[in-house]
Amino acid sequence: MTHPGKERSSVSVALAGSGGAGVMTAGNMLLEAAAQAGYYGLMTRSSGPQIRGGEAAAMLRISTVPCDSVDDRYQVLAAVDWGNVARFAAELPLEAAGLVVGDPAQGEPPEVFLKSGARYAPVTLKAIAKKIPGGWPNMVALGLLGGLIGLPAAALRAAVEKSMKKGGDALAASLAAVRAGAEEAAKLDVGYPLAPAPARSSRWLVTGNQAAGYGAIRGGVRFVAAYPITPATELLEWMAPALERVGGTLVQAEDELASINMILGASYGGVPSLTATSGPGLSLMIEALGLGVAAEIPIVVVDVMRTGPSTGIATKTEQADLNIAMYGLHGDAPHLVLAPNSVADCLLTTQWAAHLAESLQVPAIVLSDQFFGQARAVVERPADISFAGARQRAEPNVADYKRYALTPSGVSPMAIPGTAGITYTADGLEHGERGTPSSSAADHLAQMEKRARKLDSIDYGEHWAQIEGEGELAVITWGSCTGAVREAFDRAKGDGVSGRLLSLRLMSPPQPEKLRRALKGVKRALVVEQSFSGQFMRYLRAEYDLPCELTSFRKPGPLPVRPDDIHRKILEWSRA
Amino acid sequence: MKSRKKPARKAARPAPRKRIARAAAKRAARAVAARSGAYADFMVQAYAMENDARDRYTEFADQMEVHNNTEVAQLFRKLARIEGLHADKIMKEMGWRKPPPAAEAWMWRQSEAPESVPSGELHYLMQPYHALELALQSEQRAASFFSGITRSTAPADVKRIAREMAAEERDHVRLIQDWLKKVEKPRAGWDVDLDPPTYSE
Amino acid sequence: MNAPAPAASLKPQQFKSDVKPVWCPGCGDYTVLSSITKSLAALELRPENVAVVSGIGCSSRIPAYTTCYGFHGVHGRALAAATGLKVARPDLTVIAAGGDGDGYSIGGNHFLHACRRNVDLTYIVMDNRVYGMTKGQPSPTTEPDWDSKLSPHGTGLREFHPLVIALASGANFIARATSSDPNGTADLITQAVRHPGFSFIEVLSPCVTFRPEQRSWKDMVHPAPVDPTDDPARAARRLMTDDGFNIGVLFAGHRKPYQPVKSTSPKSVAELEAEFVL
Repeated sequence: MTHPGKERSSVSVALAGSGGAGVMTAGNMLLEAAAQAGYYGLMTRSSGPQIRGGEAAAMLRISTVPCDSVDDRYQVLAAVDWGNVARFAAELPLEAAGLVVGDPAQGEPPEVFLKSGARYAPVTLKAIAKKIPGGWPNMVALGLLGGLIGLPAAALRAAVEKSMKKGGDALAASLAAVRAGAEEAAKLDVGYPLAPAPARSSRWLVTGNQAAGYGAIRGGVRFVAAYPITPATELLEWMAPALERVGGTLVQAEDELASINMILGASYGGVPSLTATSGPGLSLMIEALGLGVAAEIPIVVVDVMRTGPSTGIATKTEQADLNIAMYGLHGDAPHLVLAPNSVADCLLTTQWAAHLAESLQVPAIVLSDQFFGQARAVVERPADISFAGARQRAEPNVADYKRYALTPSGVSPMAIPGTAGITYTADGLEHGERGTPSSSAADHLAQMEKRARKLDSIDYGEHWAQIEGEGELAVITWGSCTGAVREAFDRAKGDGVSGRLLSLRLMSPPQPEKLRRALKGVKRALVVEQSFSGQFMRYLRAEYDLPCELTSFRKPGPLPVRPDDIHRKILEWSRA
Repeated sequence: MKSRKKPARKAARPAPRKRIARAAAKRAARAVAARSGAYADFMVQAYAMENDARDRYTEFADQMEVHNNTEVAQLFRKLARIEGLHADKIMKEMGWRKPPPAAEAWMWRQSEAPESVPSGELHYLMQPYHALELALQSEQRAASFFSGITRSTAPADVKRIAREMAAEERDHVRLIQDWLKKVEKPRAGWDVDLDPPTYSE
Repeated sequence: MNAPAPAASLKPQQFKSDVKPVWCPGCGDYTVLSSITKSLAALELRPENVAVVSGIGCSSRIPAYTTCYGFHGVHGRALAAATGLKVARPDLTVIAAGGDGDGYSIGGNHFLHACRRNVDLTYIVMDNRVYGMTKGQPSPTTEPDWDSKLSPHGTGLREFHPLVIALASGANFIARATSSDPNGTADLITQAVRHPGFSFIEVLSPCVTFRPEQRSWKDMVHPAPVDPTDDPARAARRLMTDDGFNIGVLFAGHRKPYQPVKSTSPKSVAELEAEFVL
């Protein structure tokens, strides 16, 4: 089908509606269709606070190249109905040449959506659906969106069939509705066709939470204690059957205090262990994390960050748990903090965290966020990476075994229960080399040095940060801002401005030498983060001697950082 | 019986050579009787009693040492040694090369072996007099226990050895009573500690 | 620790480490330690296959006083750590231990859920009805009129009844012991460890420093007048009228212990990828 409108490498569309409209289902099918057609994509969701029947929006970006960020604006907003959909206005900025599609039977679109200059095209979704026995308006909308962006009909068909495995009349009705929707799209004199899909490569359709779970299993995790919390619950729910399949175990705990202590117990028993939570849960786990540091027991805690403080906005994202992850433990308790920088990177980072935790016998916190965790993305298949090294286990019957021996590296072999002749008591109390509680100054200093020294005993290699590009200007960022920064730089190239992207994956222990080298030749750096108070900037200033001028771009959640925000800031700063 | 390494007692005793001969005869009789089941069982229990008392006094000595009550620690170590000697003697007489396995059931009705001081009786500021009082009560219990056997329906050889042991425990009782006369009686306020308890965690 | 004795069963002394306890002389915990060592010897276990898990408090010091693997965790979380350990390592014998404060106050929630979860482990609470380590505050089992600095005039609160709570929450074996009966306590511990599922033993263990009046407990305890029951309703009636000094097994049930089944033919990690592949 031909449509007016230039072909584009990226298109963003949204489907909204309220209770029972099946907006999420249709959105997922659209992403699936794009994937089947060979495109990359990213889908995020928004919903009202109701458990059922609430307003919902499925927001998709479909692209010919991997996308790790949302775009600045949406080309199309289609709504099955307008019930409370206006609440999503801030998340659905439309472009002036955009299109709002709505069912006139459901009333006029809210003013706010038309303020952008986007056109309104009424389409009688409900009436069209009614003509098809068993047809649903959301399927009509799906077909319409697919048609507007030029997705092959075959891809749409495949997506619907995959989702409706039961087949029969329901499937036939949905397929007919999708076809009807596509016909409606052809009638409109506007379109936002995608450029042809790239050559096929190995790709996955995965969420950040799933990727993190899989990374954990690849990293050797075989025990998980779980307490549900938005937006981490799906990670734990994915792991429950997955762990069982590979011979591991998941236990549901009564609260986060239980889950963190359970994984310490399991890891003390020799089994690599993990839990996942969000900000409020991490706060509860802080005391036991300190126990893991003091007793030198490896664990991984994935914090899928959400908007804070306190209960905050559970379904939205933010990057403001850096403080507590880095500095929240009482006492001086050095430990690992890592952060993935894309949906796919959730796999590598979690796998690496598990490996590092085991090798260094220390807790690792992985700072993912709601944006990654709950986004569903079509990504390049992550490379198979294996990390060498594992937990050092003490041999049986070692004479005069010292669990916390002051070795040069700081890592002392751990006696695993069941091993004869080397029993010891793991303790949160400060202790001497044998683990016996000690209040002596010499023991405390020696053990503090040991626990600090062991984190510096390995070379973290190239994974410590993602570094791309050259220039006198740099943008230093982390986590879910990374994709937006990358795109901003792509655009800035068109303005003749180039620069270096630095996205930190390893937050703790800080790598001042590596950062110094990475910033060689950089005169000015823009620090980008999703934190109201600038936690990342504070961390950089505290842990590093930065050789260049710094300026901050920061905003809190819940809205994602968009490429344009950063693009403009880059240009502004490069010209200043 | 062989003499112990202890301060001299005042009781009148037969001449040394006669004593040694008598002891040898008794040992021989016992060696024969040792093969008898009831006798052996009884000796296992008697051994356990002495051994338990030794372990208990040793533990008490450790507790006193940790709590800087050196005088009473030393006293408990002495008492442990005494019990230990008795236990070792039983082993030697029975010809055991290593301690026997524990009996299926204990002859004494209460939970604690008669000669063991219950743990709950200690106090970190206790004085030698208190320790000796507790030891005295233990020896009295032990003596009663063995006397009880002599009046029971146990076989003759068991009763005979029980009688000897009762006598020996009564010797201990007298020993400790003498000892008590020599140590200072605690004054009122012996358990006053002007310092309050401290936190450790 | 040196090389262990060969296959022959070990003596109780071999389960006691050479770390000298810092408990006040006269503390009931000494006999509990002795009872535990007697029990482990009677069960013919080896120290390396036993883990003693505790929280914070005087009685929580116990792991290091044994030659077993020990885990001295944070306040109130012993049961969580013990659960994680036992589920991950079902081959180990896991004993959780601690006091009434650690177990029933901050640890209360984990206590409920441990009873409910019924993992095969044994929980020994040394109850002295006071917070000893922090110098004498009321605990959940303290009598309402007991005067203290933190709660002058007493708490005025009804005491926690741990055995009733344990029964209501699903514990599979409930017993009360007394530190004045070391062999009896050892025997109860042996039964508890042998009994499948979550076994709970409350040991009356006087605090000689903050509750010296508890020395009279040894004269107040008495064997439970009836045999243990496996009927929760009957046990409930008995426990609701229990005088707090009945010694023995009070309930021994038949709930199936919780132990997630591990796959006997696990799949390879790479097979999990199929879910994502386009």
